[in-house]
Amino acid sequence: MKFGVVVFPGSNCDADCYWVIERVLRQPVRYLWHGDGEIPDVDCVILPGGFSYGDYLRAGAIARFSPIMRAVAQFAANGGLVLGICNGFQILLEAGLLPGAMRPNDSLRFRCCPTWLKVERYDTPFTCAVPRGRTLRIPIAHFEGNYYADPQQLRQLQRERQVVFRYATRDGRVVPEANPNGSLDNIAGIVNRAGNVLGMMPHPERCAEAVLGGEDGRYVFESLIAYWQQKAGDGPR
Amino acid sequence: MTPEQILARRAWRQMALRDEEYHRLVEMLGRHPNWTELGMFAVLWSEHCAYKHSRLHLGQLPTEAEWVLVGPGENAGVLDVGEEMAVAFRIESHNHPIAVEPYQGAATGVGGIIRDVLAMGARPIALLDSLRFGPPEEPRCRYTFAGVVSGIAGYGNCVGVPTVGGELYFEEPYRHNPLCNVMCIGILPRSRLRRARAAGIGNSVILVGSRTGRDGIHGATFASEELDERSEERRPAVQVGDPFTEKLLIEACLELVERELVVGIQDMGAAGITSSCAETAARAGTGMRIDLDRVPLREEGMTPYEIMLSESQERMLIIAPRGKEEAVLEVCRRWGLEGAVIGEVTGDGHLKVFWRGELVADVPVKALAAGAPVYDAPASPPSDLEQRWRVPSLPEPTDCGEVLKLLLRSPSLAHKSWVWEQYDHMVQVNTVVLPGADAAVLRLKGTRKGIAASCDGNGRYTYLDPYRGAVLAVAEACRNVSCVGARPLGITNCLNFGNPEKPDVMWSFREVVRGMADACRALGVPVTGGNVSFYNESPAGPVYPTPVVGAVGLLERIEERVPSVFPGPGYRIALLGSTRAWLQGSEYLKVMYQLVAGRPPEVDLRLERAVQQVCRAAARRGLLASAHDCAEGGLAVTLAESCFSPEPVGASVKLPPELGNAAGLFGEGPSRVVVSFAPQAESRLRALCVEHGVGLLLLGWTVAEARLQIRCEDRVLVDEDVGGLMAEWQNALPSLMG
Repeated sequence: MKFGVVVFPGSNCDADCYWVIERVLRQPVRYLWHGDGEIPDVDCVILPGGFSYGDYLRAGAIARFSPIMRAVAQFAANGGLVLGICNGFQILLEAGLLPGAMRPNDSLRFRCCPTWLKVERYDTPFTCAVPRGRTLRIPIAHFEGNYYADPQQLRQLQRERQVVFRYATRDGRVVPEANPNGSLDNIAGIVNRAGNVLGMMPHPERCAEAVLGGEDGRYVFESLIAYWQQKAGDGPR
Repeated sequence: MTPEQILARRAWRQMALRDEEYHRLVEMLGRHPNWTELGMFAVLWSEHCAYKHSRLHLGQLPTEAEWVLVGPGENAGVLDVGEEMAVAFRIESHNHPIAVEPYQGAATGVGGIIRDVLAMGARPIALLDSLRFGPPEEPRCRYTFAGVVSGIAGYGNCVGVPTVGGELYFEEPYRHNPLCNVMCIGILPRSRLRRARAAGIGNSVILVGSRTGRDGIHGATFASEELDERSEERRPAVQVGDPFTEKLLIEACLELVERELVVGIQDMGAAGITSSCAETAARAGTGMRIDLDRVPLREEGMTPYEIMLSESQERMLIIAPRGKEEAVLEVCRRWGLEGAVIGEVTGDGHLKVFWRGELVADVPVKALAAGAPVYDAPASPPSDLEQRWRVPSLPEPTDCGEVLKLLLRSPSLAHKSWVWEQYDHMVQVNTVVLPGADAAVLRLKGTRKGIAASCDGNGRYTYLDPYRGAVLAVAEACRNVSCVGARPLGITNCLNFGNPEKPDVMWSFREVVRGMADACRALGVPVTGGNVSFYNESPAGPVYPTPVVGAVGLLERIEERVPSVFPGPGYRIALLGSTRAWLQGSEYLKVMYQLVAGRPPEVDLRLERAVQQVCRAAARRGLLASAHDCAEGGLAVTLAESCFSPEPVGASVKLPPELGNAAGLFGEGPSRVVVSFAPQAESRLRALCVEHGVGLLLLGWTVAEARLQIRCEDRVLVDEDVGGLMAEWQNALPSLMG
């Protein structure tokens, strides 16, 4: 499965995603430059974490205007897999590829800490390889991760089962104490209606190797590969 | 202002140059300087840039070892870590800026030290910060503390360099003079090592990064004066950081190095264009001709004086091979950065500055970069030194459990997650041991190795005895690195002191350098660079003499790292090394009696070295389940902290009679480590201890019930629920900060 990792000016988890895909998952990967207007032959595009364009205005607000984002929108519309992590999630929201918006954390402080995620759906390309019932331990690191959707959007998210990850306790209870940033309904990650675009605030690439203290993040990448292999097995591409 | 007017008004004085310094530069120049030249000299001859009061003494520090690739005198020290890899690192202060503008002062401190490491051709991979503030009960001190933490976070997080460790103390003498020392570590393939040298006549001088504005003019001069009530007016001397541009600068510079487009490279920090041009030329024995009309400016109407002295951030000076200018500028453009060829390397040893076709400054680079006087300032011990050593006789505590809680709540000992959760400590996916342990551990991608780092320095000890305090600081930094199993390879030091023109300050400084030199020699660790920060002084007095030691160590195999907390029940607990502890200068005296008194202990450096060797050898052989330096707060606090793992563990400990008192529980001393190990490892660990002549005092066991029980003979000294102790320790800073 071929991955592309977008590099915006100010991306700083691009190399981390690249490392995990190449060295841990052993899949082909290349960087995609923000100024390019086309997506080359890849099966999944990753929008990595960081501070694109410094995020001085609002996280992701400038990056959405990059030439590559028009191409990413087209890629997604054609059913391509898109994974936005942290700043990548923020960019997907700003670009309108996912509903809702990010506000600053309720603590008004940047927060880097482990979180436990309840997996709400196992039938997405991003979660199909997660063992059922397993709560994932994946760290966050952000200042603007307080997810908000208006009541209508929220109803739609629920109706369409678009919430994929919620902040939870270690044993999977979705309770206010487990919410690290004030996110509505403890939302940590959502997909679009078609299910091929996922945005998540936690960083799966930071916990994909045992030496770093956890491997739960691997499930997200392994799900993508499993999904893609299954799809490839289903018929000609 | 003309040279005549300068002379008539003695204008050098307002730039903090002494009369005799002015006469010295006139002699070197062979004429009176013009206004621009005077400004250039004033900044480069400031204490901050020229080390006038420290240079003479710093020579005592050992700087060599076979693994040292670059020692002091460059932007950062560089150590060989094998497999063709090297580590660059340095620490630097940004004390005065945070006193007047905490957020930007701290942010630009981070930016500056990152560029120092970048200037060696290294990719910055970690930051550590050593912070000192006044009492946190004071709103102003809390404001400064919160601002500095968010400034470090704002810059470090955005630029994508993890902040993996550091230290934090609150003490009265830092009320008006807070300290912010930031250390950066970078890695590089040895072949990409670059120097800050303007070599090769005819090569091009290229300015890369931000435009030059009026910010930070005379920042270095500001850093070389005492703070007073007028310091607030100095806010314009504090620069403003732009971490986004810094991130682009990192990527662009590393690409330039990789593509062999760099002959020399230097950060533009203090004194901006002036220092970077003069220093690179001086190191290479060349000269430089620059044209200020080619410098991209942020605002119109800037004078040559302002352009030469601007401390606008996020700029680097690149010396590129002649003919490669366009290739350099192309890389800059690709990263959205401005680049401009502003001059060329010459052979005449002069820095010649042109503006609008006129020669506006012409000075010998040697005079600028190395011509400042070196002072051997008078030194004498403070008159009250021996009074400081007196400790009144004090009663033994009645409830040791309560004392333990008080200590765990003390802001200097309390859990620091309120601070480091604001820092991205994981980006770059190298952080193997998270903040909060004895030392941070980072893996070296592509190898089996790891890098350990720790920052240490207890100002209270140094105030009470500068020599011993410095020895203790070096010993502790190296011990912390050894506790995780790494071999200390080198240290960088940040020496924070008051006004060196005062004999007692100078005496403390000399004692500290002497102590550091002795400790480094005994432990076999070279000093590869650092920073001296004088004039940390307000009308209320100087800061404690505060040497901060940043140690870097190497783990040959990352899997041999040792955690600092007990892994679970069923392990033996022991005190490795010395069993001696003293209340002198301790946190106990401060917390219980508001006393900063007593002479801190002397370090037996032979024993210290042996204890550290045992830690490392035991780690290598996989004998240790945990190791935690027994430092501030003493044995009781160290045992409690060892129980504070994510799954709290209990400990049942029995102390020998001589430790069953306040000094035994809460006293502090060097060369001691609390270790735990599986019972079957005991005989091998003991053999190792015997081999190195180090004691191993069995204390007890880790237990499943999460209680910390410390007994002595038939007395129960401490019997506390670990969860309760942990809550005190974890909630202290958040409840102070709201």
